[in-house]
Amino acid sequence: MNILIYVLFGIGLTFNGLGAIALLRFPDVYTRLHGATKATTFGSIFTTAAVIAYGFARGGPAFDTLAIHAIIALIALLITNPTGAHAIARAAYRSGVKPKYAVVDKLEEKK
Amino acid sequence: MLAFLATTLVAYILYLILTMFSGSFGLWSLGELIAGAVLSLIAGAVAFRVAFAKERAGEANIFRIFNPVRFIIFLVYLIGPFFFSMAKSNFDVAYRVITGKIRPGIVRISPGLKTDLGITLLANSITLTPGTLSVDVDEKNGDLYVHWINVKNPEPSPAEVCGSFPDWVRRIAE
Repeated sequence: MNILIYVLFGIGLTFNGLGAIALLRFPDVYTRLHGATKATTFGSIFTTAAVIAYGFARGGPAFDTLAIHAIIALIALLITNPTGAHAIARAAYRSGVKPKYAVVDKLEEKK
Repeated sequence: MLAFLATTLVAYILYLILTMFSGSFGLWSLGELIAGAVLSLIAGAVAFRVAFAKERAGEANIFRIFNPVRFIIFLVYLIGPFFFSMAKSNFDVAYRVITGKIRPGIVRISPGLKTDLGITLLANSITLTPGTLSVDVDEKNGDLYVHWINVKNPEPSPAEVCGSFPDWVRRIAE
């Protein structure tokens, strides 16, 4: 059981770290959001799964509650993370940040 | 009235999940059951107009999401194609982080979805899947503006950007 939890934490931390590197490597706000949303959501699924496994493995009311709350946090994360990224991208576009190195920009042509 | 009852019921179920394992009365203590009932009645009275807002014209049935078949399809979608493409998208991001090969651009797709729920679901799915991020939505006809990290075709069809997702979303939400 411990090994499973360590493996889940390892996968999750790898992807979360990748998201942090993506923030540093990419050139503008839109490409950075790619790294920030995808990698951190996927990484957080695995770290939360590790918490859920730990909670159900320890057992008892307190740890079962921990696991249930982690499941609810996971659902909230899955809904709010892409929504927040969409809000940031839209706000950035509205306030005049153009995508760097863009080969095509249909949103520009609309206005 | 039905909207109020449905909102109250969903709030009560959420409260019960949140306070599971709290006591001796089954899984819950009596105090939690009563407090949850009172609080979810208040939440239902406050929130039912928001939760079941009148959507756009041409809306079939606002209670369609309570259909259990749609729930099952949603779960299959979440575990199957959605999780798979999310894993793929992470390796895609990893590849682009390491090599720095990007060819970004904002493209427009017309998935042809009519309901607000469907468009929301598709936009969130697009954000979490390979190389795409939804930036803006055209509220009149439901077109999505998508930031694509590796533009292959400046005028793509929905299938090129997001695979079979529009079909799944149509089955779940329309």
